[in-house]
Amino acid sequence: MSTRQICVTVNGRQYSGAVEPRRLLTDFLRDDLGLTGTHVGCEHGVCGACTVVFNGEPVRACLLFAVQANGASIKTIEGLAPNPDELHPLQEKFWQLHGLQCGFCTPGILLTAEALLKEIPHPSQDQIREWISGNLCRCTGYLNIISAIEEAAKVLRANNP
Amino acid sequence: MPYIGSSVKRKEDLRLLRGIGKYVGDIYRHGMAHAAVLRSPHAHARIVQIDTADARKLPGVIGVLTAADMPTLKTIPMRTGLIPGLERSQQTPIATDTVRYVGDPVAVLVAENRYIAEDALEAIEIGYAALDAVIDARQSMRPGAPQLHAAVPNNVAASFQVNVGDVETSFSQCDLIIEERFSTQRHAAVPLENRGLVAEWDEGRGLLTVWGPTKMTHTNWRILSELIDLPQSSIRFIEPDVGGGFGARGEFYPEDFLIPFAARHFRRPICWIEDRSENLKALNQSRQQDYRVKIGVKNDGTIAAMDAEILFDMGGYTRTHGGVPAIAASAMLRGPLRLKNYRAQVHCVLTNKTPVGTYRSPGRYEANFVRERLVDMIARRLRLDPAAVRRKNLIRRDEMPYDLGKHPFHYMVYDTGDFIAQLDRALERFGYGQYRALAATAKREGRALGIGIGCFVETSGIGPWEYARVEIDNAGKVVLYSGCNSLGQGIATALSQIVADELQCSIDDVRVVHGDTGTVPFGNGSNASRSTVMAGSAALGASRKVKDKLLQLASAHLEIAAGDLLLQDGRVAARGAPERALSFADLARLALPGPALKIGIKPGISEEDFFATDKRPFPYGVHVAAVEVDKETGTIKILDYLVTEDVGRKINPMIIEGQMAGGLAQGIGGALLEEFVYSEDGQPLSTNFMDYLLPTAMEMPRAQLISTEEFPSPHNPLGVKGAGEGGITAAGAALANAVSDALGVEVTKLPLKPDYVLELVRKSSSER
Repeated sequence: MSTRQICVTVNGRQYSGAVEPRRLLTDFLRDDLGLTGTHVGCEHGVCGACTVVFNGEPVRACLLFAVQANGASIKTIEGLAPNPDELHPLQEKFWQLHGLQCGFCTPGILLTAEALLKEIPHPSQDQIREWISGNLCRCTGYLNIISAIEEAAKVLRANNP
Repeated sequence: MPYIGSSVKRKEDLRLLRGIGKYVGDIYRHGMAHAAVLRSPHAHARIVQIDTADARKLPGVIGVLTAADMPTLKTIPMRTGLIPGLERSQQTPIATDTVRYVGDPVAVLVAENRYIAEDALEAIEIGYAALDAVIDARQSMRPGAPQLHAAVPNNVAASFQVNVGDVETSFSQCDLIIEERFSTQRHAAVPLENRGLVAEWDEGRGLLTVWGPTKMTHTNWRILSELIDLPQSSIRFIEPDVGGGFGARGEFYPEDFLIPFAARHFRRPICWIEDRSENLKALNQSRQQDYRVKIGVKNDGTIAAMDAEILFDMGGYTRTHGGVPAIAASAMLRGPLRLKNYRAQVHCVLTNKTPVGTYRSPGRYEANFVRERLVDMIARRLRLDPAAVRRKNLIRRDEMPYDLGKHPFHYMVYDTGDFIAQLDRALERFGYGQYRALAATAKREGRALGIGIGCFVETSGIGPWEYARVEIDNAGKVVLYSGCNSLGQGIATALSQIVADELQCSIDDVRVVHGDTGTVPFGNGSNASRSTVMAGSAALGASRKVKDKLLQLASAHLEIAAGDLLLQDGRVAARGAPERALSFADLARLALPGPALKIGIKPGISEEDFFATDKRPFPYGVHVAAVEVDKETGTIKILDYLVTEDVGRKINPMIIEGQMAGGLAQGIGGALLEEFVYSEDGQPLSTNFMDYLLPTAMEMPRAQLISTEEFPSPHNPLGVKGAGEGGITAAGAALANAVSDALGVEVTKLPLKPDYVLELVRKSSSER
């Protein structure tokens, strides 16, 4: 199969490569770029483990082809923390409040939560539940995730009054 | 301040939060190829012909393996649950002449990448002669049903009986006999990460390395060694980060042989990662049981006798855990009830469906549903409050330890506990009285509100032994080598807390190594809520030995009696004279062979311990649910939920609560949402997440999760009871009881999907 040349910005860094048109964005990010923090749980767009931020919007990377990302700006979990020595408030609160167990769903949930808090800085519990209803977690039962997002929202509001 | 009992943040989390964990799918080896497994599309068929020529010619295909390439194929053995007879229906890692479920592996294809591998599968030509399939256990047992295994007449893989007391005499003395049928549906662990393996054969050194094994690393290491004919010293298993297990991941599956075999055969590192549709056909399924129960009661509500027939649907083959769900169900069917007369006849029946394994609280989730439903039925028939019937029949604190009578395959002596106090606590904290009033008001308004109770006793901490080695390195850091495994449950943190407390060092200076056969020689893995009990006790034992060694070394060099020394902040110091001290790093230096041998001390700071036991601790507790049933749509809204569980002693309360919450979500899924449906001819119909519904954040109610430590277990030095399964185990029971209460009709099966609930609603209105 022939390949196409693509150029993608991921976490602020430019990458280019040659990909088959059928190559999924998840496989491009994980195998070609070595960014394995984006996880593959179902490959049919239901579980949300593959969620990345694509031109500012959270999307299912398993339902996109890499060629569709040509010219796009993507943020993956590896780009969430401000630097290697600090955590994003969401990551900090997930850690404090036991918002993860196996960690497989966590990258997708963190990026979805970040998008939520950008749009709704002071979400209600119901809003949080609905926003993360597209992210399956099999370990935590969601309760600590909801609390962690609530607490992170407080920190973000305090930092950005 | 001690670490034990404190909700310290998990050591596992930073890498997972940053997305730099290493799951098996994140492991890349130079020259790595990809495997895809061709699976039977038929539920039952004979393999007539296999032609791989076309597939092998495709560009990028490295090769195809079938049974013909594996001359010494042996069946995958059982590691537990060995009911005599089950050995007749075990599975070879690849089909030889017959396939017995849709998904049965028939060929393994290896290609340069996964895309080519999946495409090329379609070029493999297999000629099947389809056979009749049977998907219902009761039908499968009847004469004339299609036979799955030549050696197993009537598809009954094994049977056994439990007989305690005298049920017949007791029934004759009862005032009320209730006979009922119950069933629980097929569903499964379905962790979020699919299964996978990376296997690499170093031909030069004759070393096979496999990344991915978990749960029962050392057991599987031995099994692979025997199946693949390589000594264990030529095989290394390495556990990566793992995306959940819940019983289903980490047993020895066909792929655990096929992928390493392929790596050796093709002399390329091989990666196999299943996709979700494969996972939903090939991962061990569970929970499908069918009960016929007869229960005898006195008019005052005393339950006197129970007689049960349990059909356990095995699927097409017996897997590594044998008949554990059947054993556990028959052992724990009485739960916390004082029932001296009990009989159970258990049949493990083969059907043409995916083979079955253990799933969190195996057999007990099902049995709790049955027993707690019966208790409520008794309450309704005798016009007694369901809580009152329980109080009358729960084993009392002063009756502990309580011997339930002999079971051929299960330890049966409850150690400690106060079941009634736990029930009272649950009802009080839940607001049982207020909810009853609310339900009555709702009924007058025509709404269906109900409350359900589910009492449980869980089993945990199974033996027979566990291994630990504690070492101190040149920098004074502590390393624990443990025979347990991590599937995401936080065991490394809990073990670090135990070790850090014993050695009086910082938890940040403790590293836990697990799942690596190259550095951990023995282990019994992590299942059945055993790790904190078993790995924790072994870690404690090894830490104590290390403490003794540190004192011995310090004593020799400080010339102070060991009794006048103490461990403090990562040092050994003189009591009352803290400036006379040696750090762990100092002591590690003094333990080097040069200085140590000079003074006749064994070099190094490295101590092993095995913790062994033939007993089990039994955590116990209560689930309470309040639900509202929408009589038009058949949907169920969970208004409120409570779980309380006594775990003996809490190492990390936050982790325990996390286990309860996660278990509860799964229990709700099992009660309301999840089901593996098969067509009449054995075709799986639930093969993606749009059909197999996992609970989302929307389905999880607010819940009180209360863990107590009132009754430590006498069976281990920590006093701990395993807390992994209490959150799931009585969810089916409590929700079914709540729905029955709301509608005034008896629920006798799970799941409570809308169509069944509407059936109950119709029954409810016709009975008015």
